[in-house]
Amino acid sequence: MTDILTPAFIVSVLAAAVAAGTAILFACLGELITERAGVLNLGIEGIMLMGALAGAGACIWSGNAWVGAAVALVAGAAMASMHALLCVGLRANQVVSGLALTIFGGGLSAFLGRDIVGVRPPSVFRRIDIPVLADIPVLGRIFFQQSALSYLSLVLVAFFWWYIYRTRAGLRLRAIGERPEAADAMGVDVARLRALYVIAGGALAGLGGAALSLGTNPGWTEGMTAGRGWIAVALVIFAAWNPARAAVGAYLFGGVEAGQFRLQTAGVDVSSFFLNMLPYLFTILVLVLSTRESTRRVFGAPAALGRAYTREDRG
Amino acid sequence: MTALVTGLSFLLALFVGGIVLFLAGENPLEVYGAMFYGALGTWNGVAETLVKTTPLLLAGLGVAVAFRMQLWNIGAEGQLYWGAIFATGLALFVIPGAPGWVMVPAMVGAGLLGGALWGLIPGALLAWFGASEIITSLMLNYVAILASEFLIHGPWRNPQGFGFPGTPSLPTAGWLANLGTTRVHLGLLFGLLAALILWIMLRRTRWGYEIGVMGENPRAAHYAGMPTKRTILLVMALSGALAGLAGMSEVAGIGHQLQRNLSPGYGYAAIIVAWLGRLHPFGAVLVAFLLAALTVGGDQIQMSLGLPSAIAPMLQGTILFFLLGGDVLTRYRITRVMG
Amino acid sequence: MRAISKRFGPVVANDQVDFEASWGEVHALVGENGAGKSTLMSILAGLYRPDSGRVEIDGLPVRFRSPRDAITQGIGMVYQHYMLVEPFTVAENVVLGEQRRGVDLQTMRVERELTELSHRYGVGVDPRAKIWQLSVGEQQRVEILRLLYLGARILVLDEPTAVLTPQEARSLIQTLRGIAEQGFSVVFISHKLDEVMEVADRISILRRGKIVATTTPEETDRRTLARLMVGRELAELVEHPADEPHETVLPGEAVLELRGVSALGEKGLPALHNVDLEVHAGETLGIAGVAGNGQRELAEVVTGLRRATDGTIRIDGRPMINMPAAEIARAGVAHIPEDRLATGLIGGMDLSENAILRNYAEPPLCSGPFLSNKAIAAFTDRLITDHDVKAPGRWAKVHTLSGGNQQKLLLARELAGQPRLIVAVHPTRGVDVGATEAIHAALRDQRERGAATLLISEDLDELLALSDRIAVLFDGRVMGMLPALGADPEEIGLLMTGVGSPES
Repeated sequence: MTDILTPAFIVSVLAAAVAAGTAILFACLGELITERAGVLNLGIEGIMLMGALAGAGACIWSGNAWVGAAVALVAGAAMASMHALLCVGLRANQVVSGLALTIFGGGLSAFLGRDIVGVRPPSVFRRIDIPVLADIPVLGRIFFQQSALSYLSLVLVAFFWWYIYRTRAGLRLRAIGERPEAADAMGVDVARLRALYVIAGGALAGLGGAALSLGTNPGWTEGMTAGRGWIAVALVIFAAWNPARAAVGAYLFGGVEAGQFRLQTAGVDVSSFFLNMLPYLFTILVLVLSTRESTRRVFGAPAALGRAYTREDRG
Repeated sequence: MTALVTGLSFLLALFVGGIVLFLAGENPLEVYGAMFYGALGTWNGVAETLVKTTPLLLAGLGVAVAFRMQLWNIGAEGQLYWGAIFATGLALFVIPGAPGWVMVPAMVGAGLLGGALWGLIPGALLAWFGASEIITSLMLNYVAILASEFLIHGPWRNPQGFGFPGTPSLPTAGWLANLGTTRVHLGLLFGLLAALILWIMLRRTRWGYEIGVMGENPRAAHYAGMPTKRTILLVMALSGALAGLAGMSEVAGIGHQLQRNLSPGYGYAAIIVAWLGRLHPFGAVLVAFLLAALTVGGDQIQMSLGLPSAIAPMLQGTILFFLLGGDVLTRYRITRVMG
Repeated sequence: MRAISKRFGPVVANDQVDFEASWGEVHALVGENGAGKSTLMSILAGLYRPDSGRVEIDGLPVRFRSPRDAITQGIGMVYQHYMLVEPFTVAENVVLGEQRRGVDLQTMRVERELTELSHRYGVGVDPRAKIWQLSVGEQQRVEILRLLYLGARILVLDEPTAVLTPQEARSLIQTLRGIAEQGFSVVFISHKLDEVMEVADRISILRRGKIVATTTPEETDRRTLARLMVGRELAELVEHPADEPHETVLPGEAVLELRGVSALGEKGLPALHNVDLEVHAGETLGIAGVAGNGQRELAEVVTGLRRATDGTIRIDGRPMINMPAAEIARAGVAHIPEDRLATGLIGGMDLSENAILRNYAEPPLCSGPFLSNKAIAAFTDRLITDHDVKAPGRWAKVHTLSGGNQQKLLLARELAGQPRLIVAVHPTRGVDVGATEAIHAALRDQRERGAATLLISEDLDELLALSDRIAVLFDGRVMGMLPALGADPEEIGLLMTGVGSPES
């Protein structure tokens, strides 16, 4: 075992973790802003699939990976707009709507993608080494020898951190998720903003799908997200609705995925199953902590998460 | 009224699905026809439909009973796996030599127990910590699947498996009887019985009444002195138990071994069954059958027309969308008339 | 405000109301429950639009599209439930309301400006404090400061001292005076006449949707105000059934006894102080008082839905304080709650299912684990016919019934067990005339049967018509107890508004 865990090996695993975690990170950021706005979207898995398909398909058709990514964004937004219409506009049950979206997205993607299964996209997001920075020992290999999408995801982490905590718009976002009545009293259009964030969240999830089909797992296969969308939902809680922690979580998952593969090929013991369980168990722990009164302020969920809002509810 | 909305959602979904098919260059009537024929037109098809109905029905009943209390049990998939695990463990290691009339009931018990325990966890976390059962039950699904993977690849690995992941075959005493030469097995009977028992329980017993009140108006329930925490635990256990039974019946009736991908998402489809069935046991029976027919039909056209079987989940999702929308509109109309 | 009228369905909330407030003035609006004060102020604050009439500021007519719009045009209201985001700081809550372009949060600038405003107007608030750390009184100050910051020059407050401790109330009064002295206009609704006399420059009295008088503290006293609030014109007096002679039923032994009962309210503030009460068999004790003075808590403590922190409660001589609600119900206590669809009835279930809520676990409705559908049907039918509940059938969902029929069903169920004690809270609220009469008749029947009734109501007429004695609650204390027959509504009004010493 020790002869495998060389520093070089670890660094390569970490680098692979970042690459593998990128797709999850996009989806996680998307769900994060949606939940911050107070809406639960369990349809991320289906949206990611549609994004993956749209990305691969558009790339095959246009020959350009960036076009693929853009189309994936749009596809994700379109899918999420159904959820927005049902849950924000019509105040339907958010859990069932999200699940319907996942099942629908799975089916639609499989159906529409039937002709391009296994077709390799003409252009994918390859590794781009950032000059100078890529030569830094260890960190350079991990963070600066990644694909364009991975860089974008890191930029987005920083962006959202700034957006949520340092801008007026971010303040409004947090308000509509915590206490929509108060936001409404201050003239904030709760419904419009919630819908916007749901759709934006979907767009990001779609981009996450493209990060798979045009990045780490090029091409389209039915069900290729393999549950990453659900992991993203779990990660939002694990990250306590904080973008920076979301990145940590996403790379942890990515690391587990990457490390497991490498360990297996190196013939190591199979109890990686328990390692795989840890993130889920940890999420449960964080959830319990975030719900208890005493620890809620530190970890807490947006207080109005999952509940529909109407102005008549105000006194 | 609700039946009308459900039926209408179904038809609208077929209509919209038809448009998608048409735009994709297919003839919707041909496709639907082939699906219908494939699922219900031949005895083979009907048998396959019934086979798929079984786990959908059992898990769907479990989900429905939890949903009635506004307990959003998304963990039916995991509870199903644990039922399968317990039943397999019992049959392979605890009483491998037992005769059929001992083995089968024992496995049923094990399936119920495994699922119940797994369902109890999110229930307890909710009752004592207020943690959202949506997330906890969802997370536990993955833990359950990983646990079964571990067992299949590890301690319970079939030495004669030749690399196919799975446990050894269950002793034949544990195999559920088949209907004639078809693959339809005793599990279907379990499902129908469970639906009946559940219906009686919900409609005719005190407990069923309490569940209904707690789901509709928890404050009034508290005011009437109903034991909320206890009922949450019991209902989650029951919900898990039914899903566990679904797992057991899949293992004992179909694969006869615990294997990878025991469930192609029955636990999640069960949520659709419960919702479309309006949380009613007999609704669940009908919808489980319809959904199974859709799935089998989808598989069939994959073989006969080369179209992806994914049409089935597409339609399922669409039906659900229309139902959600339709539900809201009927609720809205009622408020407007009154208010 | 000129000639403002507003109706909600058949109810006329405001009828051609003229109301004026001047700069640098504190103007108090008083009236009993249901007089229309909240509606009028809600129109002023932009929450509702008047059916007719107009609002003018400095002579120019204004129209509000939303409450936020009203704030921009200069009028801001502090509601009873504060509209603050708890995890945010004070400054962040203010920034939320700023309708500014710009990406930057600029919290520091806001904090500075808030601190300055806070000093200028004497509204002490730490802009960096998080809302959840603040007391109710401090949160109220935040609301006031925020309104001033966002440009409100006219402040409207609805019963602002209702949830404050006496010290906080004093502090608020001083703050309001200070704000008015700075040239702003303050309007507040209150029923606490001593506060009103202390702080107001002008006082307007609203009764049954109309302004009956506008005066100043110099020109009047609390007695006169109370009389104006609840006084009845002769024509009104003739109509209400208090003139019907009560059957003189000699009350029996005490069914309900409260001694020294205290309890806390929603926000942890004391709601009941040392309450002593007795209700005898065959007697109806009416509890009068302005909403929010402890009536709800009183009902909840008696029925077991709220913990009493002190004192004893005896039902038929047995100590029943802080027992579980179900057990108290079993002891023969019927409860008609304030909000029937929230606590007493299940809207989404049908009549039968609602009818059995209390006794579903007992024979004959239930034998072993099974419910007897036949017995339930018979029981429900009996309730429906006995109390004339109009519904399409037993299977109709309760939320489709009219308010009156819902209440009749609730009453039927609660009275079915021949209760010893009936706790009725606003039993005819939101109920049509026909059903109201039926409910009154049912309560009278129970009284004749020998049940003891604790009747809590905002409707003074109802109390006068049904009660044998009336106790008045103010600030969680019993201010006085008087026989209903021949009671002077004005005297009751005085007690309701805090005039007169509490009976200890």
